[in-house]
Amino acid sequence: MHAPDGFLNVGTAVATGAVSAGSLGVAIRQAREQLRDRAVPLAGMMAAFIFAAQMFNFPVAAGTTGHLLGAALAAILLGPSLGALVVGIVVVVQALAFADGGLTALGYNVLNMSIIPAYGGYAAFRLFRKLLPASAGGVVGATGLAASASVVMAAMAFAIEWLFGATAPVSFDTVFLAMVGVHLLIGVGEGVISAVAVGAVIRARPDLVRGAADLDREQMANRSPVRMRSFVIGGFLVALVLASGVSQLGATDPDGLESVAAETGIGDSARDHAFGDSWFADYATAGVDDEDVSLAVAGVVGTVITFTVGAGILMAIRERRPRRSSAV
Amino acid sequence: MGAGHSHALYVHEHSFIHRLPPEAKVVAAVGLVVSSAVTPREAIWAFAAYGVILGLLVAISRVPLRFLAVRLLALTPFVMFALLIPVIASGQTVTIGGVELSIEGLWGAWNILIKALIGGTVSILLAATTEIPEIIRGLGVLRVPALFVSIATFMIRYLELVASELGRMRLAMTARGYDPRWITQTRPIAAAAGSLFIRSYERGERVHAAMVARGFTGLMPSLGRRTATGADWAGVGALIMVWVVIATLALSLS
Repeated sequence: MHAPDGFLNVGTAVATGAVSAGSLGVAIRQAREQLRDRAVPLAGMMAAFIFAAQMFNFPVAAGTTGHLLGAALAAILLGPSLGALVVGIVVVVQALAFADGGLTALGYNVLNMSIIPAYGGYAAFRLFRKLLPASAGGVVGATGLAASASVVMAAMAFAIEWLFGATAPVSFDTVFLAMVGVHLLIGVGEGVISAVAVGAVIRARPDLVRGAADLDREQMANRSPVRMRSFVIGGFLVALVLASGVSQLGATDPDGLESVAAETGIGDSARDHAFGDSWFADYATAGVDDEDVSLAVAGVVGTVITFTVGAGILMAIRERRPRRSSAV
Repeated sequence: MGAGHSHALYVHEHSFIHRLPPEAKVVAAVGLVVSSAVTPREAIWAFAAYGVILGLLVAISRVPLRFLAVRLLALTPFVMFALLIPVIASGQTVTIGGVELSIEGLWGAWNILIKALIGGTVSILLAATTEIPEIIRGLGVLRVPALFVSIATFMIRYLELVASELGRMRLAMTARGYDPRWITQTRPIAAAAGSLFIRSYERGERVHAAMVARGFTGLMPSLGRRTATGADWAGVGALIMVWVVIATLALSLS
C-alpha cells in the first residue's frame, strides 16, 4: 500500500497530509506522557520491531506469501497512540530513506497505513473485547478480528480517498471492490498472525500487552477454548457483513461514478473530505446524480471509518493513566 | 513491499550531491516532487524538462543507472494498476491495436506513471546519496519534533539487529524442518513474531537503563556535524526555482 507520487490529486494529498500530521502530533504528545523519558530507546526499538515485522513473510496459500502491516498489532501491544506514532515513523522513514512510497503521497500513506489501522483497529479491538469474555482467550480473539478489520478499513479508506482525489476516471465501485476484495484475504492473514503473536506475548510477558492491562492474573491464566469458537463465529459474522455490503455494491452499475473524475469538482471537494461531514454536499457538486447506491455506500463506509478512528483517538486520550504499570 | 532492504539503498561515492548537507537534500527532494505533482499532465514538455534535469542530477551523483532501474521496480504494483486504467476507465474511447482504450484513462495512466517515475527517481537519488542516520539528522535540522527524530534514529540504529534476530529465528525454524506453505501452518512463525516483540522490548529497557547510567536525559545530544550553509541553500533554492518556474509555466499555459 505504499502509494507512489501522483497517485491521488494534490488537494487530497494536502488534506490527508494535514490530518496525518495533526494525528501524529496528538500521538507524540500521548506517547511522551505514556513513556516519560523511556520514550526514546523503547519506542525506537518498537519501531525497529514493526519495521522488521513488515519483513515477516507468512505463507498464504500454496507457497505464495504476504507480509504483516502491523499497525493494529502495535496499537494493541503498545497502546493506540504509541502504536500509531511508531508505525507512522516507520512509514515516513521508508519513504525518505528507502524510497518506499512517494514523498507527496506521505499524507495518505501515513493515514492509511498508520493512523487509520492503529486507531481504528484499536477501537475495533475494544469493541470485540466487550463482546468476548474477559480472559486471555478473549484478548487473542479480539486481536485477530480487530487486526483483520484494520486492514479492510485501510483499504476502504484508500478507495474513499480515490473517490475524492482520483487522477483517472476509474469509478469508485471498481477501486472499492478491487481494494477490499484483495485486502479481505490479506486481512485474514494479518488477523491470524497478530492474534497468535499477541497470544505468545500474553503467555510469556502478560504485562507487556497494553490491550490486556485490565485483566487480573486469574483472567490472564484463563486461556479457554473460546479462542477457536470466537474466531469461527466472529470471522463468519465479519465476512457475512462485508460480503453483503460488497455484493450490494457489485450489483450496481460499475461505471456509475465516471463523472467523479471530471476535473473541476475534485479539487474543491478534496480539501473538505478529511473533515468528515460534508461529503455528500461536496460530492454532489462533482456532478454525480444517478448512482445513489454507491454514493450511499461511500458515505456510510466513510462515516463508519471516521467514527471508528475518532473513537480510537478519544480512547487513547482518555486512557492516560494505565490501570497497571508496564514497568519492570 | 518493505522486504529485506535495511540499508541497501546507499551508494558509496564522493560526488557533489553526496557531500551536500542532508537537510538541503531533503528540502530539494520535496520541492522537486511537489512541483512535478502540481504540473498539469498535458504539459508533456514540462515533464521532459524535469527528466533532463533529473538525468543531469543522476549523472552528477554517479549513481549507476542499473541500480536506479532495479530500485524503480518497487513501483511495479502501481504501474500494473496504471496500465489497467485505460482498459477499465470510462469515457470516450480510441482503438489502438484492436483494443478499445479510454482517452481519459490514457491520460490518467500517463499522469500516474510519469509522476511516480519522477517521484521514485528523486526518492532513490536522495536515499542513494545520503546515509540514513544523516537523512534523519536532516529532519531534526528542519524542525521535525525532536521526539520523532530521536525515535527514528534509534529505529535505524537497531533495525539491522532486530532484523537479523528475525533472520536467525527463521533459520533455526527452517533447520528444524519448518517450511510453511499454507496459512493454517503459520502458528510457529507468528509465535516467533511475538517472542521477537518481547526480546525487542526487553532490549529496549536494557538499552535505556544503560543509557541512563551514562547520563541520558531523554533526548539524544547533537554531534555538531556540518549543517547547510548559505551557499548550499542558494544552490538548492536555484534548483527548486527552476522546477517551480517550469511548473508555473505549465500551469499558466494549460
